[in-house]
Amino acid sequence: MKPITIDRLSISFGPIRVLHDVSFDVAAGECFGLVGESGSGKSTILRCASMLTDIWDGTVRIGDQDVRKMPVAERCRTVQMVFQDPYGSLHPRHSIRTALDEGLRINGFDDREARLAQAMRDVGLPVEFLDRYPHQLSGGQRQRVAIARALILEPDVLFLDEPTSALDVSVQAEVLNLLVRLQQEKGFTYLMVSHDLAVVDHMCDRFAIMQHGRIVEVLDRDAITGGGATQPYAKQLIDASLEYERAI
Amino acid sequence: MDPVLDIQRLSIRYAGAPAPAVRDVSFTLGRERLGIVGESGSGKSTVGRAIMRLLDTAEITADRMQFEEVDLLNAPEKQMLDVRGKRMSMILQDPKFSLNPIQRCGHQIAEAYRTHVRCSKSEARARAIAMLEQVHIRDPERVYDLYPHEVSGGMGQRVMIAMMLLTDPDLVIADEPTSALDVTVRLQVLRILDGLVRDKGIGLIMISHDLNLVRAFCDRVLIMYAGRVVEALDARDLDNAQHPYSRGLLAAQPRIGGTREPLPVLARQDSWLEPLEAQA
Repeated sequence: MKPITIDRLSISFGPIRVLHDVSFDVAAGECFGLVGESGSGKSTILRCASMLTDIWDGTVRIGDQDVRKMPVAERCRTVQMVFQDPYGSLHPRHSIRTALDEGLRINGFDDREARLAQAMRDVGLPVEFLDRYPHQLSGGQRQRVAIARALILEPDVLFLDEPTSALDVSVQAEVLNLLVRLQQEKGFTYLMVSHDLAVVDHMCDRFAIMQHGRIVEVLDRDAITGGGATQPYAKQLIDASLEYERAI
Repeated sequence: MDPVLDIQRLSIRYAGAPAPAVRDVSFTLGRERLGIVGESGSGKSTVGRAIMRLLDTAEITADRMQFEEVDLLNAPEKQMLDVRGKRMSMILQDPKFSLNPIQRCGHQIAEAYRTHVRCSKSEARARAIAMLEQVHIRDPERVYDLYPHEVSGGMGQRVMIAMMLLTDPDLVIADEPTSALDVTVRLQVLRILDGLVRDKGIGLIMISHDLNLVRAFCDRVLIMYAGRVVEALDARDLDNAQHPYSRGLLAAQPRIGGTREPLPVLARQDSWLEPLEAQA
């Protein structure tokens, strides 16, 4: 279990400033949500903190280490990411075994066959599925493979970028249950991006509301129903979600 | 009143597919709002596309498929060109992909009108601007001249709605009209669509994966699973849905202020694939 500290994170793409001095802390073992409308910079925070983009300013620390100073292999063993669309994030011509084994091989893990089988069991898939290709799996099964790929390197922190928004509600329920169970079993720290406050309310202890690349407010889960938001935009977003829930 | 749309035992098999994507779907639609709900791959969008006759390579069979006086099974494409976009139209999921990126928004709306109605360019422009106002766009003159990348998702979808309703269709098929939109604008777009559909007395088919959304904005609901209608009921009776699949879908939705207990998961059964005896 490792905490995450993000301090004054800023990034510009060309002339456009996408993140403005974003700072927040995530405690070890916490599930922290990032909410906001599209284009508000939620996913960009994950991409910066995982060094998929490295042109940012500020500091990101995981545990007591600066992500910029971590060697690549160590960084990848500490932080893993699950992307939004399992149809896009798995290589269509690699079998599940190849996809999962690659990280183990690069990082010199021993006993790979047993680890592969264990990862499949962890996410509730039959071990025989290792020899399937992504097109032979349903969307929910694919997202399970993406989660297995992230946890097979035994990371401390998982970044979840809209892990269920490409899935049906029925499959979303399975994947959310899986993420909750894995957190209880393995003590992951989750940083989760979502546009759905109901999912955030179900999963997260605290969450940040973002707008135009800034954090508007950091709130506890109870603030959604308890009306604890103080900033106008945070109120507006929560009210819109509650109204949508109530209207339907 | 005569139904706008009457479909009996519609089956659709895509070219080269081993099994049909849609099997024995029957329903009639008056000037009301019908929701079609199901998971991805359940065939709900395929039904919508078949009604618009957009599946030219698929094998479509039905006992009856009638849109007002048009026989959709046998109508020649020439007649369909006259019907499609004028008397029935379709709102797609994501305005980012359904609007032409290199034409101004207003121009696209006017074009849709001029395709079906003989009129001058200036009249089409005036109509388009009036329609933009009806979908609650402030400053429609300015939005008329914007390109799709210059408008937000919610505004793009309202442009799409304006384009589809300008020719006063009798039937509108909305295929996931708000799932690409942020929650802050979703309700607004739905209300605009709902208001126009009621005012103009249009028959609406709302295709969605979201049971709760359909409950709020439709009169009747068809629930589809694996290409079949498993349950058809009035939207207000949705809480009393009998079929385990319908109940499972309702329960799987996390709610704000929920218990945070593990969510109920669908236990799929092979018996759901069997046809229902009694269908509405």
